[in-house]
Amino acid sequence: MKKLLKYLKPYRKETVISPLFKFLEAIFDLLVPIVVKLIIDQGIGTGDSGYVGWMCALLCAFAIVGLSCSLVAQYFAARAAVGFSTDLRRDLFAHIGTLSYAETDRAGVSTLITRMTGDIHQIQSAINLTLRLLLRSPIIVFGAMIMAFTVNIRGAWIFAIVIPLLAVVVFSIMLGSKPLYKRVQRNLDHVTSVTRENLGGVRVIRAFRLEKEENDRFQEANNEHNRMQNLVGSISALMNPITLLIVNGGIIVLLLLGGELVNTGDMTQGDVVALTNYMAQILVELVKFANTIFTVNKALASADRVQSVFEIPSGMQTVAETVPLDTEDAVVFRDVALTYHASSETSLSDISFRIPKGATVGIIGSTGSGKTSLVNLIPRFYDATEGTVYVNGRDVRSYCTEELRKQIAVVPQKAVLFTGTVRSNLLWGDENADEETLLSALKTAQALDFVMEKEKGLDTEVLQGGKNFSGGQRQRLTIARALVKKAPLLILDDSSSALDFATDAALRASLSALPYDPTVFIISQRTSSIRHADIILVLEDGRLVGTGTHETLLKDCEVYREIHDSQYKKGGDNA
Amino acid sequence: MNQSSSLKKGTLRRVLLDLGKYRVALVFSLILAFVSVTLTLAVPLLTGAAIDRMVGKELVDMNGVIAVCIAIALCSAVCALSQWLMNVLGNRITYGMVKRLRRRAFQKLQRLPLSYLDKHPAGETLSRMITDVDQFTEGLLLGFAQFFTGILTILGTLIIMLAVKWQIALVVILITPLSLFVAAFIAKKTHSMFRLQSETRAEQTALINEYIEHHKVALAFSREEESAAQFNEVNDRLGKHALRAIFFSSITNPSTRFVNNLVYAGVALVGAVLCITSPLSISVGMLSVFLNYANQYTKPFNEISGVIAELQNALACSERLYELLDEEELVPDATDARVLDTANGTVAFDSVSFSYTPDRELIRDLDLSVTPGQRVAIVGPTGCGKTTLINLLMRFYDVRDGAVLVSGTDVREITRESLRASFGMVLQDTWLRAATVRENICMGRADATEEEMLAASRAVHAHSFIKRLPKGYDTLIGEGGVALSEGQRQLLCIARVMLAKPSMLILDEATSSIDTRMEQKIQSAFSKMMEGRTSFIVAHRLSTIESADVILVMRDGKIVEKGDHASLLAARGFYYTLYHSQYEES
Repeated sequence: MKKLLKYLKPYRKETVISPLFKFLEAIFDLLVPIVVKLIIDQGIGTGDSGYVGWMCALLCAFAIVGLSCSLVAQYFAARAAVGFSTDLRRDLFAHIGTLSYAETDRAGVSTLITRMTGDIHQIQSAINLTLRLLLRSPIIVFGAMIMAFTVNIRGAWIFAIVIPLLAVVVFSIMLGSKPLYKRVQRNLDHVTSVTRENLGGVRVIRAFRLEKEENDRFQEANNEHNRMQNLVGSISALMNPITLLIVNGGIIVLLLLGGELVNTGDMTQGDVVALTNYMAQILVELVKFANTIFTVNKALASADRVQSVFEIPSGMQTVAETVPLDTEDAVVFRDVALTYHASSETSLSDISFRIPKGATVGIIGSTGSGKTSLVNLIPRFYDATEGTVYVNGRDVRSYCTEELRKQIAVVPQKAVLFTGTVRSNLLWGDENADEETLLSALKTAQALDFVMEKEKGLDTEVLQGGKNFSGGQRQRLTIARALVKKAPLLILDDSSSALDFATDAALRASLSALPYDPTVFIISQRTSSIRHADIILVLEDGRLVGTGTHETLLKDCEVYREIHDSQYKKGGDNA
Repeated sequence: MNQSSSLKKGTLRRVLLDLGKYRVALVFSLILAFVSVTLTLAVPLLTGAAIDRMVGKELVDMNGVIAVCIAIALCSAVCALSQWLMNVLGNRITYGMVKRLRRRAFQKLQRLPLSYLDKHPAGETLSRMITDVDQFTEGLLLGFAQFFTGILTILGTLIIMLAVKWQIALVVILITPLSLFVAAFIAKKTHSMFRLQSETRAEQTALINEYIEHHKVALAFSREEESAAQFNEVNDRLGKHALRAIFFSSITNPSTRFVNNLVYAGVALVGAVLCITSPLSISVGMLSVFLNYANQYTKPFNEISGVIAELQNALACSERLYELLDEEELVPDATDARVLDTANGTVAFDSVSFSYTPDRELIRDLDLSVTPGQRVAIVGPTGCGKTTLINLLMRFYDVRDGAVLVSGTDVREITRESLRASFGMVLQDTWLRAATVRENICMGRADATEEEMLAASRAVHAHSFIKRLPKGYDTLIGEGGVALSEGQRQLLCIARVMLAKPSMLILDEATSSIDTRMEQKIQSAFSKMMEGRTSFIVAHRLSTIESADVILVMRDGKIVEKGDHASLLAARGFYYTLYHSQYEES
């Protein structure tokens, strides 16, 4: 939290004004019982109606001043809290934007989203509440005690016992139930996950006739959740009755003592009224205070979590002293190895190859053989743990990332579109692309037809996640998006898996006819997609087990032959 | 508007009906609420009585004070006890209701037709079952309790005040509407601001979700700055709206407190003047009682305005839940439905017509007869409706016209249980339970022996990777357990069917996530499994289906060709084109 406090700096004025005015308001609240005491002892005591009138006017004045103070305080507290969270969210979003692939993996997507939304909201409410209440409540509680002492020292010692006692009870119930609330939340998560699992597997569940078993599983989770809720509930239910007992106990003692003291003339009737009033005020404020502490506690935990995101180092370091290769090759890998963070196994090892400019490269291998890992090293989405990757003869680490990525267009495995229009998505490739570029990119990606069939063409709306397009259409749009970039290096990561064979073939033909002749990397599981490539890289368990053309690999590379044969069942017979 | 309010009336009736289960508990908690409110109000009255017994020096009736104190002690004790019991009872009712509603909803899910579940995203159903149930019960029951105690407190206070001194009570009654007016005014103002705030927040959350989830894509296109700019625009807007919403909602308390303070001053004035002018009609103690009441009197008003909003929200949530509970269930099995003991393997489609939506016909007059042991392959481009046939076979959906016959009987005349038991199904979507590997493999046959299970896993080449898992067959997989690769998950799904030994098979893109070499190894196991069993195979890899006895070629939801591999090729139709786009060189 400490480090996040710098976000309050621009709101220093607000953070001072708000508590200050709350303080003033509290003072006026504390004066009320004194005025009432004066009315009773002086006004009624002497039968002076005019005095009573003045005192009541004073009470009204207090009310007006109190209201104004409170409004000022609320306004500045809201300003500080909202300003804080707006600034914090802006910076956190910008920071997350700079995180690299490896760092995003480490932090986890859903975690980052919760930090941005839930956690920051939590902090905002806590700041708002803290500025308003954290100062007010102790002032009222201790102020009431001090006032009690000024009213009558001999009756005020009761406060010194009741206040700590109340504090202990309130806080121990709150703190005691906190871990239990966590368990309730965990149980609810379990109920949710059983339901989610059930909804996800509904076909299998029905096929295996597991409906009854599923009901039992749910019941178990549901009952456990219910049991825990009742347990926590009955503990929290103690709060009100116990505080009530303590305060009324205090009042009883006060009355008994007051009786004695009034009788001996050491206390007035008005004193007793004032003291009981203070007692009531304390109870209300203490419960509010405990709630504030609870919220602040939760917010502190949120602040720590947000801070830990800020502490993830952003971006990748540029390495200056690297020797450029004496080559015109588009991509060169030299003894490259890659081990992901938190993984004990190497994902790539001993990879070396060179790809001349303009070549089409096919990458093939079974699932988990490291195909995507390999191409992710080219735009430096990850850094190689060993060896060097060169693009246009320069070590990728010597580029500034933006300069490097300008030269590379990537079509990721998962076809992701963003909310907007087809046009706004395509413009990701190049903000300044003209209409013609967009249309020709769509045409190359075999997407022109279905886009133009839509009423609004390029301006067709894209819903969140692109869900108004089919899987195959999304894939083709993501290809078009990459093509708009007209980058000298194009990487297609298994981007045609949802396309039927005919469309896939047409796509490959139009890609090879691109006028600017990019170097193309195609990852695929099908040999048919890559057999015409100039160079085919065959991967197996993170190693390069074959490099060559379709023909040479069929001859020399057993893994490639096996893959090929498995897809063309009768070997090369039907070719 | 009219319609929605009438809907709510119906909903309210159902809510009350559902609460009927807790009739006794509810009546008890209402009694307890009454007791605790009465006693809470009695304490200030008693305190005032005590103060009246200590008028001044040498004028204290100590015995009287002690008697009153004992009464206060008794009142507090009973009040505390009834408060606690009321809370506990309230929890019981609330949480019990949560439990029962969730159980009902979950059981409902098991009886809903696939057509509902396919159409409604899981997230939406989930939020009805989790969030809505929570908000509904919390809002309704806690709100109800607050509402009830609030009303009781207000009425009680007014009655006591009127009984003790109507002149002072009049002051309170006259100033009160001001408080209500202020609260209503602010609530109206804040409502629109809150809506604006929550709309902007939803917009921002959607943006955050999108950009963070697909952060890698944004990075690949170096979009950091553009996305930040887009974000900042929404963020600033949210800041502006949030400030207004928070400020306006936070003036409710000070404003009603202000009115409360005015009431207080008015009571003090009238009370004190009465004390002076007619000292016999009111005592100082009674004045302090009035002041005390004036202090807590407006609090329930505050709460009640909040409670009404909460109740409305609760009703809206309950409506969403009841919608789910009211969904039409599956047509139950016919009472005379047959139990299919051993399916002989014949399957027939008799002029079947089917569509998911009435306006878009999918399958029309489909005839197909499959003899025992035949392999039927279904091919076609993505999204052409291949899985529709499977939906009909498993009776996940019912035909619109015609009939699907298994072992010569219309599937609608067979119990679903026995129909589904006769099919073994492997889907592209590899669903496994968060449970051990063993439990997952034995899902279809809980009584399988260890040997049978091992044999099944060996047959699909899953045994070797399972052995290497931390706890072998007892390894926990899924949420909270070991994460398996898609291919490994698929192997378990296949082993699951292998073990169940059904009389017919359905393989829907069953090997799509397994690499082709592995697939070839499994293929032998599949062939063994398919021997003598009627099988339906969906795939886009044509090589896996060439050997099928019948190939159904589908396009745009219709079966356009039917025949074996050779005859379809010879026909030079759509199949021919599909086939050659894969093997372009021939």
